[in-house]
Parts: sequence; structure tokens; C-alpha cells
Amino acid sequence: MAEIRLENIHKTFGKTVATRDVSLTIHDREFMVLLGPSGCGKTTLLRGIAGLEQIDAGRIFIGGQDVTDLPPRQRRIAMVFQSYAVFPHLTVYENIAFGLRMQRLPDAEVKERAQSAAELLQIAELFQRYPAQLSGGQRQRVAVARAIAVQAEVLLMDEPLSNLDALLRLEMRAELKRLLKEVKSTVVYVTHDQVEALSLGDRIAVMKEGAILQCHTPLKVYDFPASDFVGGFIGNPPMNFLAGQVSADGDGLTVTAGGARFHPPAAVQALLRAKPGARVQLGIRAENIEASASRLEGALSGAVLVVEPLGSHNLLTVQVGDERVKVNTHADAAFQPGQPIWLKLAADKIRWMDRESGLAIE
Amino acid sequence: MKPSAATLRVLGRALTYALAVLVALWVLVPIYLIGVAAFSPQLAVYQYPRPFFPAPFSTETMLFFLKSAGVAASVRSSIVVALITLALSTLIGAPAGYAVARFIFPGRDSFRLLVVSTRAFPIVILSIPLAVTFIRWDMYDSVYSLALMHTALALPFTILITSSVFASVPRDLEEAAMTLGCNPIQAFLRVALPLALPGLAAATLFTFVLSWNEVFAAVILTVRNRTLPALVLTVLDVSPLPYRFAGGFFMLAPSLIFMLFIRRYLFTLWGRVTK
Repeated sequence: MAEIRLENIHKTFGKTVATRDVSLTIHDREFMVLLGPSGCGKTTLLRGIAGLEQIDAGRIFIGGQDVTDLPPRQRRIAMVFQSYAVFPHLTVYENIAFGLRMQRLPDAEVKERAQSAAELLQIAELFQRYPAQLSGGQRQRVAVARAIAVQAEVLLMDEPLSNLDALLRLEMRAELKRLLKEVKSTVVYVTHDQVEALSLGDRIAVMKEGAILQCHTPLKVYDFPASDFVGGFIGNPPMNFLAGQVSADGDGLTVTAGGARFHPPAAVQALLRAKPGARVQLGIRAENIEASASRLEGALSGAVLVVEPLGSHNLLTVQVGDERVKVNTHADAAFQPGQPIWLKLAADKIRWMDRESGLAIE
Repeated sequence: MKPSAATLRVLGRALTYALAVLVALWVLVPIYLIGVAAFSPQLAVYQYPRPFFPAPFSTETMLFFLKSAGVAASVRSSIVVALITLALSTLIGAPAGYAVARFIFPGRDSFRLLVVSTRAFPIVILSIPLAVTFIRWDMYDSVYSLALMHTALALPFTILITSSVFASVPRDLEEAAMTLGCNPIQAFLRVALPLALPGLAAATLFTFVLSWNEVFAAVILTVRNRTLPALVLTVLDVSPLPYRFAGGFFMLAPSLIFMLFIRRYLFTLWGRVTK
């Protein structure tokens, strides 16, 4: 059992706050991704869990044990570094066996476990090589094998794929996913790449300026972002945001945005009524907008600005009033720049947000 | 016809190379001539024009020098002083270098500056108080006291070189070792030290050469237990020409050989990035 519990982790570097009272529970054998732009504190949090960074305040529990004041070697963790940190003076075999030797395991067991870790990563034939003789991708595999070989209960990964080229990254991503299902460790994975986060994580914790904005499953974070920052950071293209005007309409409320009228769901209506004068914005993803060359009932009208064919689909940039909206259309749809266009938003996919705070209304 | 830009560029480069060759010759030719004189028979030194090759090759001059009064003893003193200096300055300087390279502590930058500024203090000014103090403390005229002085002189360099050596070992590697079960000392011994070893060896060699060549402190602080440079300097104007050439060569040789070995690390020290 290795549940990780972070309680009010606070860390500052000089005057910069790296993490601001962060609390988070990562379940046993869960794959948790810490996602955020650079400088959001995700790496600091990870290094805090590893024990490589002393935190200023808060407590860290691993498997129920308070490890806040323990050095890294007593925390039952293994870590993969962004730079790989493969020891240049040791062979691939000695690198992978390093952690096992530190545990003073008998030679036979060291050999067996190094072998099986290397086989998982398909680098057993490189055992006698030195890191300088390896490619970046191979070094990466050595770093992962070295971390896996110790069979730690917690596996920490700090942007492990960011130094690989695009193709290799794609391949390694799938392989990591397969691999980490097998090793049965609790994984904390830091990345700034939202695609990596969506594809790998059981849950994603989105961070900004030292705080966790939202922590949920990839689909939840994608479909129901807690704020406009999350919606804009996750997904490609980012979520569209349209300013809306709230007006009373008989019993209910109506929101006008981009020249079209929308009726928020009952729950949102109730919240809006409790806060009169609140300004709202509608968040909507590019794939949840239906584009039409002819007038549609209840649709926004605009003009096509840019057409970007992406193979599987076309990405349109549409000018609606003084806002720009990204829309996915079928690859066969023949839209031309300058052409008038009508956009119908899928009503159940609209995310209602407060325009001042950026937070979702829920 | 006006010279084209390409010709000018070639001309410019040729000039640069010519200057470089000139500077190199300025340094190398005297060294070479000293070598030639040191391995020629004693009388060849007085020949004119100077032979450009030792003909006939002879160790007579060198042997004459080495057998002269006091030389053997002073070579021994020099080696003892250099070895003690090497050991002391490595023991003190390497940890300091590691600290400067790895840890951010209050006053780190001032410490760095302080280390360098000790060399800005001319030893000439220090010489009288130093000699007086050494006499008072009954440390005068001893190779061990001289080694202490040399350690003080060498430490800034040792600290600077070792800190640049340790800074070139990525911190990640030690951290990785710590996540894999090492305590900080084990991480240092198993990862940082092996990787820094060639650079540290260079630093110690540099210290050795520094002490081997140092003459001023040696002249001031010793009378009977002279190191080689101190001895040669004090007898220079009363010794025959072959003695001077042989002595010069004998003092030059170790420095030249060491410099050749540690060249790479000196470049790093001077800020050139080498692979």
C-alpha cells in the first residue's frame, strides 16, 4: 500500500511561492499527472515528495507514514529525472543494478531483477555499453529501467519524455503506459504537455501559480474544466470562450452570446439568479460546434477567417462579432475564407463560467 | 584592381596566424635553446653561433648541475614541500570547491571574491611580517612551514579549479543516487567523486607545479633548507653558464609535462567549454 497524502505543502524560493498550501491525496497504484505551465510548482511538488526539496510547511505521508523529515533513501520511492541522470561512469547494467546494490541484495537477485527490468524496456542487449554510447531514447529507457528495478512503491517521473523527439515521444508514451500498468507502483508524473497528461493519467491535477486548480479524471478535466485557465490549457485547440449577457426572460434567464440566445440549465440558472449582475462566459470546445454554410436556428453567425486542413479534419477560425472561435469541421467540408458561416453549439457541452473569476458556475 | 572581401579575409586570417606563431616562438625558442644547452657538453654553451641541436648529445651538463653542492638536498626539499602542499590544499580546497559549486549559502559570492582577492595581495608586502612571524613562532627555515605558505598561495587556485570541476558534474546525478538509496556521502563517493576524479587530479598537479616553481616565499622563509628555485636563484649570479642552463631546464621540465596533461582542465577553468 502506498497512498501518498500531501497536506498543505508550502514552499517558497526567496520571494517566489513555488507551492501554496497544496493538499492532494494520490491513491495506491494510481497514475497521477501533475500538469501545468512551467513555473507552476509541479516539479517542486514532485521533488518535495522525493525528499530532494525541503518543504517550508506541511506534511507528506507515503503509505500512512509521515516522511516529511526523511531523506529520499528512506521514502521507498524511485525517480526518473528529466535529464535522465544516467551515471556516465557506469555501464547500463551497473546503472540499472545501482539501486539494488545499495540495498545489498545478493548478486543473483540483483542480476535477475536488473535483467527483468531491462527486458521490460528492451535494453538487455545494451548491458555492457556506457551511456555515452547510447542514443537519447536508449538513455531514457535505462533511466526508467533503473527506477523500476528497485520496485519502489512510489515512482516519481519528472517530464521523462520532454527531451525526446516527437516521434520517439509518441512511442515511449504508449510504452510507458503499458509498462506502468505492470509495475503496480503509485506513479506521480510531472508534465507540461496536456496530451501526455490526458493519455497517461488516471487523474490529472492541473496546477497554476503553486496551486492545484482541478484534480479529476482526464475526461472530466477535458469536458468540465473548473476554470477558463484549465479549459484553455487542456485540449488542442484550446476551449473557446464567448462573453454572454444575462437577461431575465419571464420565469427563466436567457444568456445572449455572439448574437444567439441560450438557456442555461436549471442549476446554473439558480446560481446566476443568486448573483445578480454577474457576467458570464460560455466555454465550448471546437469539436462541439456544428458549422453550417446556411442559416441555422439558434446559431451564431460569423465569417470564416482561416481554414487549416489537418488531414483528419479541418480547423476553422471564425470571426463572431469581435471574438474568434475555433471550430472543427469535417475534412470534406468546403469552407472558404471570407465566407459567412453559422455555428451551432451543442447545448449540453457548454461550460458556463464567471467572467471575472474565470471559475465554472456549478 | 581593388582587393576583394575574400582576399582581405584570407589576409586577415594569415596575419592572425602569423602573430600566433610569433608569440608561440617568443615563448618556445628560449625554452628549446635552454634544452639544447642542457644536453650539450659544457663547453658548447660558449659556442657562437648557437647550435640548434645538441651535438654531440651529452648528459654531462645535467649531471654537473645535479651533482653541484646543495642541489640534491634542495630537490628533495622541493618535492617534500610540493607534496605536502598538494595534500593540504586538496584536503582543504576540494571540499571548499565542492561547497561553492553545490550549495547556495549566505555570502557565497563574497566568499568566491575573497578567495580570488587573496591573490591580489602582493606577497612582497607580506614578506617581512611573514618572516618575522615565522621566526617568532619558531617555524622559520623549515620545509613544513614553507609548505603551509605554499598551501595558502595555492588554495585559491585549488578552490577555483575544483569548484569548476564539481560544477561540471550535474547535480541530478547525485540526486538520482540519493533516490536510489545513497546518503549524501555515498552519493558523493559513488557518483560525484569518480566523475570529478580526472579534474581533481589536474587540480593537484597544478598545485604541485605551483609549489615547485614558487620562489619568492621560498627565498624569504628558508635559509638552509632551500627549495630548488630558491637555491638556483641565490647562486645564479655566481654560477657558471652551463649550471644555469641545466638548472633552468630541470625546473622547467616537470611544469611543461604537467601542463600538457592538465591543459584540458585549465581551459575549463578559464571558461572554455570542452567536451
